[in-house]
Amino acid sequence: MTPVATPFFFYLLAATMIIGGILVITRKNAVHSAMALITTLLAQAGLYLMLYAPFVAGVQIILYAGGIMVLFLFVIMLINIERTMKERQFNKQWLVGIAAATALGGLFITVYTKGKSLFPAGGASYPEEQNTQAVAGLLFDRHTGMYMFPFEIASLLLLVAIIGAVVMAKKRI
Amino acid sequence: MGALVQYIQSYLSSDLTPGAAGNWFWATVYVLLVFVGLSVAVICMNWLERKILAHMQVRLGPMRVGPHGLLQPIADALKLLLKEDIIPAEADKIVFWVAPFIVVLAAFTVFVVVPFGPTHAITDMNIGILFMLGVSSLSVLGIVTAGWASNSHYPLIGALRSSAQMVSYEVAMGLAVVSVILMTSLNAEGTGTLSMIGIVRAQQAQGMWFIFKFFPLGLIAFAIFAVAMVAETNRAPFDLPEAESELTAGFHTEYSGFRWSLFFLAEYSAMIAVSSIAVTLWLGGWLRPFPNLLSGATWDLVFSLFPGLAFLFLAGMCFFNVARMPKHPLFKIQTIGLAGFGVVLGLIGVILFVPLVRDRVGDIFWFSAKVAAFMYLYIWYRGTFPRYRFDQLMKVGWKVLLPTGFAVLILTAATAFFEPSVEQWLRHIL
Amino acid sequence: MLHISTLHYLVLGAALFLLGVIGVLTRRNVIIVLMSIELILNAVNLNLVAFSRMWGGLHGQVFAIFVITDAAAEAAVGLGILIAFFRNKETVNVDEVNLLKW
Repeated sequence: MTPVATPFFFYLLAATMIIGGILVITRKNAVHSAMALITTLLAQAGLYLMLYAPFVAGVQIILYAGGIMVLFLFVIMLINIERTMKERQFNKQWLVGIAAATALGGLFITVYTKGKSLFPAGGASYPEEQNTQAVAGLLFDRHTGMYMFPFEIASLLLLVAIIGAVVMAKKRI
Repeated sequence: MGALVQYIQSYLSSDLTPGAAGNWFWATVYVLLVFVGLSVAVICMNWLERKILAHMQVRLGPMRVGPHGLLQPIADALKLLLKEDIIPAEADKIVFWVAPFIVVLAAFTVFVVVPFGPTHAITDMNIGILFMLGVSSLSVLGIVTAGWASNSHYPLIGALRSSAQMVSYEVAMGLAVVSVILMTSLNAEGTGTLSMIGIVRAQQAQGMWFIFKFFPLGLIAFAIFAVAMVAETNRAPFDLPEAESELTAGFHTEYSGFRWSLFFLAEYSAMIAVSSIAVTLWLGGWLRPFPNLLSGATWDLVFSLFPGLAFLFLAGMCFFNVARMPKHPLFKIQTIGLAGFGVVLGLIGVILFVPLVRDRVGDIFWFSAKVAAFMYLYIWYRGTFPRYRFDQLMKVGWKVLLPTGFAVLILTAATAFFEPSVEQWLRHIL
Repeated sequence: MLHISTLHYLVLGAALFLLGVIGVLTRRNVIIVLMSIELILNAVNLNLVAFSRMWGGLHGQVFAIFVITDAAAEAAVGLGILIAFFRNKETVNVDEVNLLKW
């Protein structure tokens, strides 16, 4: 699997993600935000493919873009009020929020400029052809797999979430 | 310049798909070929659907535009392109504009991994079938936003119904697909594969199409997928969301002209896409029928003559209909046109007999023939079955297909687990 | 700049995280707050997968899959709570979630 034009695709996808993220947090219309978030999620799947993680990319497309965002769109359509779009869109504590975010940004910049030498250039990685098999080995294999218990707990978590969502949204319990 | 030619030629001798070889030139060529092929296929499907439905209903269908209506799809396309583009007032313009593109994007991106042959795919992703299922589920987003952006009751209800239906039948599709993936793991390494080319290679190695594997489990899984794929693409008998008598065309009511043609294009491409999934997973992809029963050089030769014979048969039908044309001066142009079309088809058939072309085209021909059979099934269903009511539709999806899918999955898993040891035991006692 | 190293992915993840934090702290519409939380989770996932590539093991990818599963569960429950709240108060304004205020 020989990569082609990696910097071009990285910068393209990164720009898509950043612009999508900015659109998510600045649009008045919730449907526009949702569509921008879908674009960001799909660009992220592309980045996962570049990081030699095709299984995570497939899971991202199916679950995030194809499942969670459909859920978001349904809820937006259920509770959409026209007057929310005409009011102010930032809440009462926006100044404090921006200050906190600036502090966080400063922290990130400090960490990444001081620690630039800690991160090596490229990495060793498993070949892409056997990625799903290797992930499955880590999850399910009798001898080398170590994530079986979290896997079962995750399925229990999903069951609890389903029951919780149904109970929360019912009209009469 | 020499380096470019070298780059282009170095791919031809390799045994990989362009994606695996990292060759962007050939990848672009394959992408363009798939794009053009899909458009031609959608145009043919339009004509075939109208003619076959008409003949099933004992009438003739379009006969005027070209000889036997062969130019009707072109007339339809021209009409759609030239129609006025109406956007409802108060509709959300950006979302209204984006929605058809999401559906077309989802329908076309799926073809990146569809294998027309052992190296004739744009790329062979490690997660091939997962990618196809995931990207085809993105069309739900386009439908929901299309219904929402139209700012009108009928599209909204149609969009919600359509998306609920698609989401329900995706689960059944996924279960049927997983039971096939289990069957691919019956090899020496004990690991299955999600890659589309790997699945067909597994069928080749095990010497059996997966529809016949672990009879009747493969067949039931195929039946579940065949029903779910018709519901997934909103086609009859599951087409309540776009039924004209109930919902005035559902989520694409407010779309006119070019935007509607994008939905139409996406619907037919999605049909071809899910048919390709069914063909690759159960019907052996590009493999010719009976590779083990009728093996040997002579049978290989016989089966490799099929593409040319198919086109010659079509050319023969054209000439037969030329003979049946009315001998009236007004029909002269149509007769000449049909004869010319027949000559073109005959020439293609003759070219496909040349040994150099014959060896390369066999895989693509068998794959396309199987997908074409599925397309005929789609049209047959539309002409035969009455429409499901929406609650019946959801009942079938959740209460019939889903439990059956679970049962098939569990039984396939148990059979795949015990099969090597049962085989060993049988060989020991016999 | 041309050779894409792990640091590029980490900086991108940090930028997305920052955008998500700004969205959570400053927006009034609860749905957009929930979507910003999804942005934060995605940034974390990107970091995880980038480090998984750097170290060569697949633990980061498995962790990322679990994070995605978690995000699905949390989105479902969060939106359920939102619908219940909307049914009571007829608003999706974060400022008006003040029933417990003295």
